[in-house]
Amino acid sequence: MSSLGKIGSSLRRTAIQAVPTVIGIVILNFFLLQMAPGDAADVIAGEAGSATEETMHALRVQFGLNHPVLVQLYNYLNELAHFSLGFSPRYGMPVAELIGQRLPGTLLLMSLALGIALFIGLVLGSVMAIFAGRLPDRVLSVLALVFYSVPGFWIGLMLIILFSVTLGWLPSGGAGTIGADLSGWAGLWDKARYMILPATSLALFYVAIYARLTRASMLEVKSQDFVRTARAKGLSPFSVTVHHVLRNALIPITTLAGMHIGSMLGGAVVVETVYSWPGLGRLAYEAVMGRDFTVLLGILLLSSLLVIAVNAAVDLLQTFLDPRIGVR
Amino acid sequence: MSATDPVLRDPALLGEAAPAKAANPREPEPPSWLGKEEPLPAYVAGTGATHGRRALRIFLRNPNALAGLIILALVVIAAGIAPLLYPGDPLAMVAKPFLWPGQDAAYPLGTDSMGRDVLAGILHGTRISLTVGIAATLLGLVAGISVGAVAGYYGGRVDDLLVRIIEIFQTLPNFVLVVVLVAITQPTAATISIAIAIVTWPNVARLVRAEFRSIREKDYVMAARSLGYGDARIIFREILPNGLPPIIVTSSVMVAGAILMESALSFMGLGDPNVVSWGSMIGAGRELIRTAWYLTALPGLAIVSTVLALNMIGDGLNDALNPRFLQDR
Repeated sequence: MSSLGKIGSSLRRTAIQAVPTVIGIVILNFFLLQMAPGDAADVIAGEAGSATEETMHALRVQFGLNHPVLVQLYNYLNELAHFSLGFSPRYGMPVAELIGQRLPGTLLLMSLALGIALFIGLVLGSVMAIFAGRLPDRVLSVLALVFYSVPGFWIGLMLIILFSVTLGWLPSGGAGTIGADLSGWAGLWDKARYMILPATSLALFYVAIYARLTRASMLEVKSQDFVRTARAKGLSPFSVTVHHVLRNALIPITTLAGMHIGSMLGGAVVVETVYSWPGLGRLAYEAVMGRDFTVLLGILLLSSLLVIAVNAAVDLLQTFLDPRIGVR
Repeated sequence: MSATDPVLRDPALLGEAAPAKAANPREPEPPSWLGKEEPLPAYVAGTGATHGRRALRIFLRNPNALAGLIILALVVIAAGIAPLLYPGDPLAMVAKPFLWPGQDAAYPLGTDSMGRDVLAGILHGTRISLTVGIAATLLGLVAGISVGAVAGYYGGRVDDLLVRIIEIFQTLPNFVLVVVLVAITQPTAATISIAIAIVTWPNVARLVRAEFRSIREKDYVMAARSLGYGDARIIFREILPNGLPPIIVTSSVMVAGAILMESALSFMGLGDPNVVSWGSMIGAGRELIRTAWYLTALPGLAIVSTVLALNMIGDGLNDALNPRFLQDR
């Protein structure tokens, strides 16, 4: 089979295996949210200040909330089968469209954070591994442990104090200068300035994990035969470190990075709150507060799919890093 | 998140990562023909008690772990003496608002925008953090060990089903799930602990399942089975005690994670509104970050030092109980 065909069949298998998981997630979420006291009609009525029994009923009929629970579940599953995530009573628009508006912001933030975390983590971890047991290693180990223990929202606020309030270098929140109609490099630079602090706050925790993992796996790989061979055939220490040690050490790191997508989304909820970043995390928080369960179900489902997709991509990446793994 | 999503910290994976750290200054080993053999550890043949004593000795010789232990002891003492030092409600207004730390000796860490004593708040906040941290961990351990033990010990269909369920929980983004769970119930220390336990048990279950799968094939388990012991006795008396070391390491990291999650929840206004917590203090101080940044910084330092202490203890335990050295338990 061609390697492209192998990749295709591996992806197909992943997709088939994911189906029961996804259905389980949908049903679990649905019943979980049914347990919540109050529904969207209650919240809308509460915000309006007054509502009669009749308007409440009319609202429930309009949102389909008057049916028995199992019928509601059936209706929801039926909509999903038609690739529709339903309609948000609160925002008055289809959930898919709502999520579509917010998703790019969060994905951008998460990929930048992951990029920062991987880059700094790999550099710190390599330095730690090269100086294992000596002073730089000890200092960086403690530093990594501190990064690992700092709450993301708090370090976010501390960065705002330092870089926005005291130094005035970077904006303290938002996603772009309002009214500044910038394009090209100026627009990109403007966007980047708003992303640096949130992405750094989100990344710090993962920097610690990747640094520690890089150190551990580099030390492990370092003592293997092929590294001795590479050194014996006269490769420079730098080349051995980068091409032989680091490349193999990357395998556990990519596995972990794939698993972190879901947790990073959780982190994004908090960091987006701190920096008023218009993303999926904030939307999830607003949906919880507004009892907008259709939106919540959509977000939970979509993020689960994201996790599954990223893990499939990681599997493929690993076969590239280590051909011995092979596409199953 | 961050750190706020402690769940993120996958203790099982960290467990895997950490051993190499334990083995520490490990330069490429010289080939064995050079005659430098690793000394065979005498404790291999030892009993459980000597394992324990040896682990304790290694743990106490680790400066980081000792520092963590001391900080944690101080935090526990703070939780204990908070109601004695500040018997009143820490949410009560007691002084002029916006006293900076050191400005008034009666309020060493200053007061907030409503004239509440910051030090009293931090000391009382210790209690909710530790309560939630420990309760969530215990619940998560009980659920995770039960599921993991059943799945790993019995295998087969039961195992397939339980692994599926674990997978479902691990695919859902943890912190988002916690936010949903807390929002649909009334936030109290109990519901927050349960919510955190619901998202953390799958990690424990996976770890315990792996332990059980490897240990159930050991000779002494075969022996126990041939003696006619029941499943319950084999699970709790034979396998579980031998699978404990990684579970102990995980639990200290879980407490740290639960404390981080609780603080993130109360920072977002999803904590128990009647109790002062570090996260809620930061949430309140956040509005005043330009004028009174100490209101945000100080409770955060309390969180960082407590969580750091727990993580240092976790590292120390991992080094001390490192399964790589305990060749054949």
